[in-house]
Amino acid sequence: MPSRRRFLQSGAVVGMGLLIGVRLERAAAQGDPTAPGVFAPNAFVRIAPDNTVTIIAKHVELGQGAHTGLATLVAEELDADWSQIRIESAPADVSRYNNLAWGPAQGTGGSSAMANSWEQLRRAGATARAMLVAAATQRWQVPAAEITVDAGVVAHPATGRRATFGELAAEAARQTPPAQVALKDPKDFKLIGRRTPRVDSLAKTNGSAVYTSDLRLPDMLTAVIARPPRFGATVKSFDAAATRQVPGVVDVVRVPAGIAVVARGTWAAIKGRRALRIDWDETAVERRGTAELAAAYRSLAMQPGARARGQGDPPAALASAARVLEAVYEFPYLAHTPMEPLDCVVRLGAGECEVWVGSQSQTFDQMAVAAAVGLPPAKVRLHTMLAGGSFGRRSTPRSDELVEAASVARALGGARPIKVVWTREDDVQGGFYRPLYVHRLRAGLDAGGRVVAWEHRIVGQSIVTGTLLAPRRLRDGIDLTSVEGAANLPYAIPNIAVELHTTTAGIPVLWWRSVGSTHTAYSTEAFLDELARAAGRDPVAMRGAMLQHHPRHLGVLDLAASRAGWGQPLPPGRARGVAVHECFGSVVAQVAEVSRDSDGLPRVERVVCAVDCGIAVNPDVVRAQMEGSIGFGLGSALWSEITVVDGRVEQSNFHDFRILRIDEMPRVEVHIVPSAAPPTGVGEPGVPPIAPAVANAFLVLTGRPVHRLPFSRLAAGGARSS
Amino acid sequence: MATLHVNGRALEVVAEPDTPLLWVVRDELGLTGTKYGCGVAQCGACTVHVDGQAVRSCVMPATAVGARQVTTIEGVSGKVARAVQEAWNRLDVVQCGYCQSGQIMSAVALLTEVPKPTDADIDAAMTGNLCRCATYLRIRAAIHEAARAL
Repeated sequence: MPSRRRFLQSGAVVGMGLLIGVRLERAAAQGDPTAPGVFAPNAFVRIAPDNTVTIIAKHVELGQGAHTGLATLVAEELDADWSQIRIESAPADVSRYNNLAWGPAQGTGGSSAMANSWEQLRRAGATARAMLVAAATQRWQVPAAEITVDAGVVAHPATGRRATFGELAAEAARQTPPAQVALKDPKDFKLIGRRTPRVDSLAKTNGSAVYTSDLRLPDMLTAVIARPPRFGATVKSFDAAATRQVPGVVDVVRVPAGIAVVARGTWAAIKGRRALRIDWDETAVERRGTAELAAAYRSLAMQPGARARGQGDPPAALASAARVLEAVYEFPYLAHTPMEPLDCVVRLGAGECEVWVGSQSQTFDQMAVAAAVGLPPAKVRLHTMLAGGSFGRRSTPRSDELVEAASVARALGGARPIKVVWTREDDVQGGFYRPLYVHRLRAGLDAGGRVVAWEHRIVGQSIVTGTLLAPRRLRDGIDLTSVEGAANLPYAIPNIAVELHTTTAGIPVLWWRSVGSTHTAYSTEAFLDELARAAGRDPVAMRGAMLQHHPRHLGVLDLAASRAGWGQPLPPGRARGVAVHECFGSVVAQVAEVSRDSDGLPRVERVVCAVDCGIAVNPDVVRAQMEGSIGFGLGSALWSEITVVDGRVEQSNFHDFRILRIDEMPRVEVHIVPSAAPPTGVGEPGVPPIAPAVANAFLVLTGRPVHRLPFSRLAAGGARSS
Repeated sequence: MATLHVNGRALEVVAEPDTPLLWVVRDELGLTGTKYGCGVAQCGACTVHVDGQAVRSCVMPATAVGARQVTTIEGVSGKVARAVQEAWNRLDVVQCGYCQSGQIMSAVALLTEVPKPTDADIDAAMTGNLCRCATYLRIRAAIHEAARAL
């Protein structure tokens, strides 16, 4: 077929996943147990006699559109009709559903869903299509080359014969899977690159979508857990007498995380917890607050750190520069606050365990639960649920909410299913924050205003140390997640040093949507505008001159600038700022148009965003992710901050851990760079540029650089100028 | 034991008198489309209608409802609700979706009151409904689209 030019040889292209796929295809052909008449050619697609096509999604749907994207990849090569597509979450099974970007682990993160599934799921669709065609060939006794497939219908135009996928399913299941399949030439795509409706919109607009919090199993009890008021405390003793008097409370048990109140219903559990009296052993707690940590970090930033990148001779270049500028930036701890707080349901049976959770890392979660209940991982059946947001919070190295639910279930002897729920206060005060960081940057300009030296020091806790990811993300003592976005600074500067001080503190930290780029994009892009201002150079032109070897950066920078009307006059009291940043393989530029509100804080009126994410599998989902990332990043930059005083977190809920509200959401225009390259991610890369773009506009408006986030510190008079 | 009128049905509930309407609706009646997000009327995920008014069910004791009619996302109906839900679908507003029941209940209450809302009307009515995915642009667009359809 002329439209199918690219032939993939088994094993040659996508490695492990492909081999596993082939093995499963064989298993299916040899009579894998499935319902009668169901065609299940591989681990990712199932076609039933009722003509539904079920896509088995190996990635969790957190809101990022992964289910829609995965279904698009299969449906494209299958030539299915979008209306016949159904989605089912894959079970936890690393042998079939591992993230090919992660190796032998199933999970979702690093904006990798489309990138790692791109070949694998199209191949799954193409294999199924080939077997449907083979079935039709056999039934109609016509040459395969004369058969067409379109919108879920297999046809032989010459004789007018046609059959739906469902009608051919049973016969297709008896076909031998092809040793090789052709994938479409991108010019023949019918779904990829076009807007297909999200697969989850309907259920999420009529209340029928089921999240972990919504699960109701027979005899299930609900547990809330009293956790330490200071990080590192442990239970010395507790008195549950009053708790046991609360109607609905069934039991109170001690678990590794604290004291669990188990009740019939959430409200009784919450009330029961309020009545607990706990004496905490605080000998090992972290008593330093955020002010003390920041002060210590500022001192450290004055000293050389471990080298993450070295190029040229920065000290010499700084010494001989015409001008040297310096700035110190501070970034607060940030909570993720997904709208659905953490939760998990566990049912312990004899020699087995079932778990329901919006898991981002099924393999690690399975292992953690297995350890908690004393079973082999294979005996832990994990059901991945829709997740009410995550932003990194549900990818927990210690699988905290799962281990909690498992340990409560175990403490109760496994008699009844247990749902552990976190309240919003538990979430805001529970740690696992984006770390607090201090950055110190120095740069040298030559007489012509060119940047000749760049010295960047980052101070903060390591996210990966002590986790299962340490072997991959810790190199020569450098946590790559601490320096990503800084160590790979794209600008052509002859002398560059990027250094890291990894600190330790008792406040648990975690990746937060866009990880290292949450702070490195800000310090690098905001400092660059301070340099441009000092040199009297235009920020877009200055970036462009230093990005000549980075065509994707240049492409988005020019696109965003031109669509934003960069250089065109604005009404009084408004200014534009720009930032460009690469994150997880995608490059995003944003131009923010900013005024000031009555408190003097930045008010963002409009954002023009350009994104290069390779082929946009679903451009509308790409736009939605850019819009949402801008709102997510902007709200955090404006308002969000976790502060700790004497070991206690000061914030507790959305009234004092503020996120963006609808009246603060700017107009957003998204422009997608046309690309023939394989897709990269869009869940996170839209976040990093917004805060520095706003800061850069604010610098133009006020002459004042913002060196400390959130911006709301400006109104409180707390902005620190370095 | 008290009687609650929910989605057009009279239901006997046994919850303790101080139990917020949210937990009666979710845990006792099994209407889980209404969500818990904060428990202190700061996020709007728990929004239901009580006699047509948008109410944060997480801070309203079930016993305070009395004989008034409670409507949840599962029971919301009529042409305004239909227009809102259709606009939400057409524009693919949702991302994680967890807050969207509350968003829709607030939007339906707004459009019932103000058939052609301005952006300022939308800000005023919707500012108490948080969306961590920040789907706000599409929420606004969907409310305008629903208004046009009505």
